[in-house]
Formats: sequence, C-alpha cells, structure tokens
Amino acid sequence: MSLFTPTSEAEAAQLVADLALTGKPVTIQGGATRAGFGRPIQTEATISTKAISGITLHEPAELVIAARGGTTVAEIEAVLAAKNQMLPFEPMDHRALFGTSGEPTIGGVVAGNHSGPRRIQAGACRDSLIGVRLVNGRGEAIKSGGRVMKNVTGLDLAKLVTGSWGTLGLLTEVTFKVLPRPERSLTLLIKNLDDARAVAALSAALGSPFEPTAAAHLPAGLSRPVARTILRLEGFSVSLEYRIAQLRALLAGYGEIIVLEGEDSSGLWRGVRDVEFLAAPEEAAIWRISTAPTRASGMVAGIAAAVPGARWFYDWGGGLVWLAVPPGGDAAATTVRAAVATAGGHATLVRAPREVRASIDVFQPLGALAAVTGGIKTSFDPGRIFEPGRMYAGV
Amino acid sequence: MSAIAFPAPDFSIIRRRPEILAGLAALVPAEALISAEDELRPYESDALTAFRKMPLAVVLPSTTEEVAAVLKFCSQAGVPVVPRGAGTSLVGGSTPQEDAVVIGVAKMSRILDIDYANRTARVQAGVTNLAITGAVQADGFFYAPDPSSQLACSIGGNIAMNSGGAHCLKYGVTTNNILGLKLVLLNGDVVEIGGDHLDMPGFDMLGLLIGSEGQLGIVTEATVRILRSAEGARPVLFGFPKPELAGEAVAAIIGAGIIPVAMEYMDKMAIAICEDFAKAGYPMDAEALLIIEVEGSEQEMDDQLVRIIEIAKRHGVTTVRESKSAMETAAIWKGRKSAFGATGKIADYICMDGTIPTGQLPYVLTRIDELVTHYGLRVANVFHAGDGNLHPLVLYDINDPVERQKAEDCGLDILRLCVEVGGCLTGEHGVGVEKRDLMTVQFNKADLDQQMRVRAVFDPAWLLNPAKVFPLEGRIAA
Repeated sequence: MSLFTPTSEAEAAQLVADLALTGKPVTIQGGATRAGFGRPIQTEATISTKAISGITLHEPAELVIAARGGTTVAEIEAVLAAKNQMLPFEPMDHRALFGTSGEPTIGGVVAGNHSGPRRIQAGACRDSLIGVRLVNGRGEAIKSGGRVMKNVTGLDLAKLVTGSWGTLGLLTEVTFKVLPRPERSLTLLIKNLDDARAVAALSAALGSPFEPTAAAHLPAGLSRPVARTILRLEGFSVSLEYRIAQLRALLAGYGEIIVLEGEDSSGLWRGVRDVEFLAAPEEAAIWRISTAPTRASGMVAGIAAAVPGARWFYDWGGGLVWLAVPPGGDAAATTVRAAVATAGGHATLVRAPREVRASIDVFQPLGALAAVTGGIKTSFDPGRIFEPGRMYAGV
Repeated sequence: MSAIAFPAPDFSIIRRRPEILAGLAALVPAEALISAEDELRPYESDALTAFRKMPLAVVLPSTTEEVAAVLKFCSQAGVPVVPRGAGTSLVGGSTPQEDAVVIGVAKMSRILDIDYANRTARVQAGVTNLAITGAVQADGFFYAPDPSSQLACSIGGNIAMNSGGAHCLKYGVTTNNILGLKLVLLNGDVVEIGGDHLDMPGFDMLGLLIGSEGQLGIVTEATVRILRSAEGARPVLFGFPKPELAGEAVAAIIGAGIIPVAMEYMDKMAIAICEDFAKAGYPMDAEALLIIEVEGSEQEMDDQLVRIIEIAKRHGVTTVRESKSAMETAAIWKGRKSAFGATGKIADYICMDGTIPTGQLPYVLTRIDELVTHYGLRVANVFHAGDGNLHPLVLYDINDPVERQKAEDCGLDILRLCVEVGGCLTGEHGVGVEKRDLMTVQFNKADLDQQMRVRAVFDPAWLLNPAKVFPLEGRIAA
C-alpha cells in the first residue's frame, strides 16, 4: 500500500500516467472524512490531494471563487465569509455521521455532489459548480467549463464528474459561483405535526412567493419529544418581517409559528445538514432517499411498518429522507429498495458495516443506464484505476 | 461563417433515398413524413439562415415510440439524423445536411402533468418555453429560463442548447431547472433519466445531456421545475453617460449583496434601435442603459430599489425611471427581448454570444469598439450584465459579400477576445455550426478528445447532428 502526495496538477498527471501503465487501482483521498462511504474496495495505492491546495481565484464582485481540489472547505468558507459571501449549496459535513476527524476538502465535496438544506432554493453542488480541472485515468489534465456563470461551450463534463466519487478522475481545481450571505437568517417552527401534515405545510410554504431557503421536518422523538416542522427565511431584515407575517397567515391552519434566531436557528440547520440527529447510535445504518415530497411520508410509513426501530427525518421540503435502521441483515435494503421503486426516486446506503456494503448495492442500481455508465467510465479511465467498484461493480 | 465546411455528403446514402423514404413511411403515419421539395423548404435552415441544406426527408413524430422507431431505423441504415425543435437556433444547431433525416419534435407539444405540491411539470419536448409558463401562470407559477425566443422555441431545443435568458442571474439556466428526461438513444432504446425528485443517482447524465446539442440522443419528454412567481416584479431603467459607469454600478450592486432578478445592458445603438421598435421610454441621451428588475412585495421592491438607486447615483447615473404599470413593464421587456428582431429590421447582423468575467467589461467593450471600427462596421451591444453574457450584434449588409466576410471575421475576433479574457465562446446559444471551428481556441486537444470520447459512447459512428460542435478535423469515434 503506497501513498502518493503530488504537489501540482502536472505531478498528479504524471503519477496517474505511471499508475495507469501498471494498471494499479488507486483511491483518491482528500480529508478522508467520508472514507466509509460507498462499496468497500481494496486498492494498492492512495493519492492524497492534500498538497494540491489553495484558493486560485476569488473575485467577490463577480461572485466567483476557484480553489485546488485539496483545499479545505473551511479555508474556502473563511475566505468567502471575509467578503460576506458563501457557497450557495451549503455542503454537508459528514464527520458527525462517520465519526471522522479530518478536514473535508472541496474536491471531496464535488466528488460526492454534497449539498445541504439550501439545495431546494439555490441548487445542488453541481448547480454552483461552473468549472473543473481534473486528471483523467489516462494521466491527462483536462478542463471543462470555466470561471464564467453562463457557459454552454461543449459537453458539460463538469456536471458529469460531480458526484462520480472519483471514479472518473482526480479533481485538481474547481470553480464555483457564490452568493452574498444573507443579512439575516431565521427559522419558523411549527410543533406537533405528523409527517404527512408537515410535508403539506412545507409544500404550501415552498409554493408561496415567500421563498424559504430550507424546509425540513423532524418527527417526534428525534432529539426532542415533540415533532418540529421548520422553515428557514433569509434576506434583508425588512423583507423577512413581511414574509414572516405572510407565512403566519398562510400556515395558520397548521399551528402556531414560533420564530427562532441566532444559534437556535443556525444550530438546527447545521443539525439537518449534517444529519446529527441520526449520528447516534453509531452502529445504525443510514439511508439517504430522494423522492417527490408528497410521496415521501407514505413511503416512509411503509418502511417503518416493516423495519422495527427505524428513525428518520425529512429535508428538502420532504423530498430528502434520512433514515436510520438497525444494521443487521441487509440493513433493510430489500424493504427500502422496494419502497423507493414504488415511490420513485433513489436511495443510497450512506453508512453501514463494511460487510453489508460489500454484499448489497450501496448506490441506487442503474437499470437501463448501466451500459452508458460503463462506457463513460471507460472514456475517462480505460484502465479502471480510479476507485474501481466504489460506486458500482465494474465502474 | 459561410466558409464553415459541412462534412461531404455521403452520396451512397443520397442514392438510397427511395428505400430510406419507404422505410420511414412504414414507421410513421403519412402526414408525419415530409419528402416533397417544396414542403422540405422550411426545414432547410434554422434561425442561422446563412446556412441552407436540403435534407433527405423530415419526420415529425407524434410519440416517443415513433421517435424510437425512426432513430433505430436510421442508425441501422447508417443515415445521419438532425434533431430539430422549433428551428430557432441562432447557431445552426438544427441546420440539416443533404444526406440526413431531420427528426422534428414540434408535434409533441402537450403538457402531460402539472404537480403544484411538488412544483414540477412533465411536458413533451415540442412544447414551447412560454407555453409551460402559460399553463401554470393562472395558478401563480412559472418556468424560469426565459430565452428571448421563448414564444417560439421548444423546451427540447432549450434542453439541447442549455438555454438561458434574462432572468437566470437569480433562477439559473435550463440545466438548473430540469429534473428528468425521457431520452431516445440512437439504437431506439428509451431511457428515463432522473424523474420528479431532486438529483439523479449514478453519473449526472442530466447535466451531460442538457447542452449536448442533439448529439447524444433525442429528448421526447422533460420534467421541469416550476416556481411560484414573486408577488410583483418591477424593472427600472438606469441611463448612464458612460458605458464603464454602468459596468461599475453592476459590480457595486452585486458587491453590496444584492442579486436583482435581472440586470440587462444596452449601448447607445441598441437603445436607439429598441426604443424605435418598442416605444418603451428608453433614455435616448444615455450612452448605456441598464434594465434592473427587482421582485417581491411592493415594500420589498421599494427597499431593494432604494439600495440600488443609491449605488447607481454613486456611479453617475443620469436617468432613473421605475416602471409604474404592468403595461410599462411589458414595454420595457418587449424592447429588450426584441433587440435581435428590431435590429434585423434596420440591418443584417451577426449575433455573438460570448461570456466574459464581468470585471473585464470596460476593457472588452473598448476592444469590441476597436475591432468593429477596424473592420469598418457598426455594432449594437446588448447583454446580460450580471453574468457577463454578451450579445454584440455586428451589423452588415448581406448583399455585400466583402462586408459579410468582414462581419464574420469581426464576430470571430470578438469571440477570441472573450476567451482571451477568461470567458467562453457561448453563454447560451450553443456552438452549433457557427462556433464549431473555434472550439480549439477554448479547448486543447485533451479537453476536446475527452468530450468526444464521451460523445462516442452514445454515437460512435457520428450519425447524430454530425456537422456540429466539434471541428471536423481530429474527430474521435468509438
């Protein structure tokens, strides 16, 4: 097992070209905070992106930032915060869930397309990403996109590699559009709704002109005895006062609205973003399911009936379900897959014992797209040296 | 651009025309197959009228199954296919070729499902962009991307080109607003990509397909995000005595943490042309005009405008005029959105579409001026100021071959300039035929080869829209 730490894109390209000659599979490592995600794979070599690091461009007036793949998310967020800006998609930090302690890197965020609660309003990581540089499995440094917000020149390979978990290439530089930080941020809380009513309330708010930037539901028993349905409003203060009043009226039928601000508000959304509510017990298996909000609570009820001990909450207006189940057997995979097949959408087994992840599909099975997926893998990485099998067998 | 070569027509295909027509006739109803020369004429070109090619045939299927049958037949027969939406491409995205069958999705124009609770709509590919908003606006919703051609252009074409519009500063472009596609692959297989939920599993094929210019397959259905409209929207006209002041004001507004829903720039020539056409009350004495639109309740709009006007004043604004009525708002946007059409009434023009880092705006405007003067031509500048997507309209006389050549050369120089300052060849119109041979300015061989290897996964034999996007030299097949 050898560890390589190239210090530049050119060095990384040469290294990959050499590895490709020997056909040795490699793992790509940023902060190693998500190492337990995906199908377990054995590789002889690891490439750390740690030394391919640093912010390469920040033009606050153009709302753009670029950084090398190994740059920590913390560094990027600090530089943006100094100019009162932020990454729009609120990247999830997996350290609570995986019990890891490294520093997440921006390359790792892009590799997993990790997006947080603001995804429903500002888009996913892939929507903010406007350019990438990467080394493909042939040892070639290539680019897609650039540093401008509107760019339709050629195939959008930047999106294609976002969420590909390193299986297509080693990300050496990523460029994002960013947003101003809101002047004020607060949470509207309604208590005691059941799941279906809660999603209906969230849908009503998200279908209103008052633009919540996040919408989640935490059922009873999830760190608090009562169910909490929460909406986040962000913007200029004058505007928020108005929108609070309008949403109070719109959601009057769902119960009293309590306004939270400061750490009471931001801590709650950090908990939602990082799935802190389900982190313990650490042996529980964690599923992440994306579906249409109105079908989510029915789907969850079906799973809950079949899986004793299941716990869950909803983000993205109900469309993202985080589900914790006992880790035994197939970690409820058969039940979850069947429920998702009926509801529509996709499920990923985010956390589970190694032997479970080795024996079942971790990512949503590809179905009719399997052949094309394999072809795309070959087009980037003909020797299949990057993270082989981490997403899918043979990819 | 008239100099841009098409692949040499394959006469062995053209000679097989009778059998190809017979094969197609067996797959679709008679009225869906066009083969008579006078009926083929409207399909000779799209909105890039400098290129005209008579296709072998045009097929206008009504169902995904028909599209699949025709694609399967064409791929087995080795016949190139040119997909077509509404034919509004400015870059020749659907320019046919003599040895190709055009597959047009215009007849597939139904809205299949509207789901307000989940904020999605499922539509067929031939539905027009504006028809989606039309179907949901009575309930207070809209489909966000708004290309200027939105009355005519199809969502299928928008998906092929990843179309933008004036309001994407806040709402994003097509790729940010599509959740699912039904795609017919070249071999006739029909696959579903994504759905009515957020993000797709596996590789992001949605991101790959959107903007792929009809080279990876034919989209027959899409699930789009619909959004609740703001309570109100108000455009304001800001006249500036110097273009660079307008550019600085844009940067200062963004720097102050304000993202207006649209920030549109017009120079003096564009102001004159559009005002003459739309009578929108544009300030004729200004050297540069910004149309800045804000959204929200009356109070929210007032609040934002106070901030914006205060910034504009610091940058020497000479005219500030808020829209006072829905009619006035419509006129202001009519002027902007008809910029291309209105320009076409006074001269022939080539419309460029490069994007630049907005900080380069003053420099690029000066350089465009110098380039246009060098060629002895005139230019009208219209662009999306917030995102740096430029639309210089280079004016010329189409009947003067020398001037036409100059205009084409000037346009190419402007695009090279965009790349040189860190931008790109096309922000929202696509590469098509028009910018195909400039791809090597923006991308090196390794970049382009990777794109072509991905393309080859879907179409190893270059049958799908083969004359477009990638330079003819150095193409990679399977």
